[in-house]
Amino acid sequence: MGLLSLGIESIFINNILLAYFLGMCSFLALSKKMTTSIGLGVAVIFVSTITAPVNWLIYEYILKKGALVWVSESFIDIDLTFVTYIFFIAVIAAMVQLLEMAIEKFSPPLYMALGIFLPLITVNCSILGISLFMIEREYSLVQSTVFGFSGGIGWALAIVMMAAIRKKIASSNVIPALRGLGITMIITGLMAMAFMIFSGIQL
Amino acid sequence: MLTAIYAILVMIGLGMMFGLLISFANKKWSVEVDPRIHEVDEVLPKGQCGGCGYPGCMAYAEAVVMNPNVPPNLCTPGKDAVAKQVAEITGKKAEAMETVIAFVRCAGTYEKAIRTGEYKGVKDCVSANILVGGDKGCTYGCLGYGTCVKVCMFDAMKMSPEGIPVVNPDKCTGCGKCATVCPRTIITLTPPGVMVKVNCNSHDKGAIVRKHCKAGCIGCGMCSKDCPYGAIVIDNFLAVVDSKICLEKCSDPVCLTRCPTKVIRPAIWGVVPGKELREEIKA
Repeated sequence: MGLLSLGIESIFINNILLAYFLGMCSFLALSKKMTTSIGLGVAVIFVSTITAPVNWLIYEYILKKGALVWVSESFIDIDLTFVTYIFFIAVIAAMVQLLEMAIEKFSPPLYMALGIFLPLITVNCSILGISLFMIEREYSLVQSTVFGFSGGIGWALAIVMMAAIRKKIASSNVIPALRGLGITMIITGLMAMAFMIFSGIQL
Repeated sequence: MLTAIYAILVMIGLGMMFGLLISFANKKWSVEVDPRIHEVDEVLPKGQCGGCGYPGCMAYAEAVVMNPNVPPNLCTPGKDAVAKQVAEITGKKAEAMETVIAFVRCAGTYEKAIRTGEYKGVKDCVSANILVGGDKGCTYGCLGYGTCVKVCMFDAMKMSPEGIPVVNPDKCTGCGKCATVCPRTIITLTPPGVMVKVNCNSHDKGAIVRKHCKAGCIGCGMCSKDCPYGAIVIDNFLAVVDSKICLEKCSDPVCLTRCPTKVIRPAIWGVVPGKELREEIKA
């Protein structure tokens, strides 16, 4: 599969949020304002692009069955895939920490813009989801990086669209029982259905 | 068994690697922080109330030091003393602060106001309000599930047995956290010395108010007509007191005697509004 079509596919056809419903909590909580949703979206793109290849390397050279052969021939039978989740979460947390320090040092304006959102990303399940999908679909290192980047873009696209819709919703007459989270849930569902139109496209 | 040991070993190895990496990065990429930020943070009362508009005391300290446009007197709990200290540290000019305290604009106790339904959900005003507007007949009145009491950092609010929160004026710092959290914006911040306050928030027409509550403002306008200073106006069937005029000019509140539902009450602390309730709190 070409890298470009992989990217387009994971932004539109298999959107991490609207097709798999990963990262819903921060999507619902932080889509009230356009500025915060853009901040969070950029942070997700950032982190997923970095964690996907790192996680790929860790899976490929440590966790996979027989991956530790590079240490010694006798490790051929070791299969550590059952700790994949814990490893990936630890890697994501560590990467976010490192990233935060690096950004604070080298780009204070970006640090101010991302602010509180970077640490929040540690527990965003779309990041973990991207890492797990890339293992499941047996991507290569380059493919994983592209998948991480475009998966992040897909998530950011969804939250920015949601923020735009919620801005309109604020001034429209929603029935009292659905105001707030209720209507947001319904809109998310409608958006997901709208994104289904891409699903037949072959690239 | 062997796999488990390998897993643990690899885990420890990876953990140490990342630990080293992060501590190294922390040293290498450490950012110089203005020491005044910590000084300001020390001075602030650490209620983390957010009354200044920043998420927590540290965020305000950072903002007031780094941004020349942020005034040093935003900390309402700290009052003048803190404002002065913050101004000294940051080299800004301290301006006088207006002291305010929270005031609950509802007198619809269980006894006075009817409930149209039975709410058995989460004991929280916000969730009760989301669910078809709560169980109270009056759509403006206090729901009485005490969300404001829960958010108060300074232990200044208490839910009375009558179902209306009561503010302890000695403890209230005027941070406004309760006012923001109240789903019906019943709580307002008013200067503590003002003569009279309207204990109602209902913009409904008189007949509807009467139907739901015996202690509501029906918007008859008697108070507004009789006030010699024009401090009271009827805004959409609700009397609103201009606390500034009331505070400065009035010494003999005629409005109190005129109100047919006794919703305007003297608000000098310790005189009337819910006197018996406050004594209960003290007890």
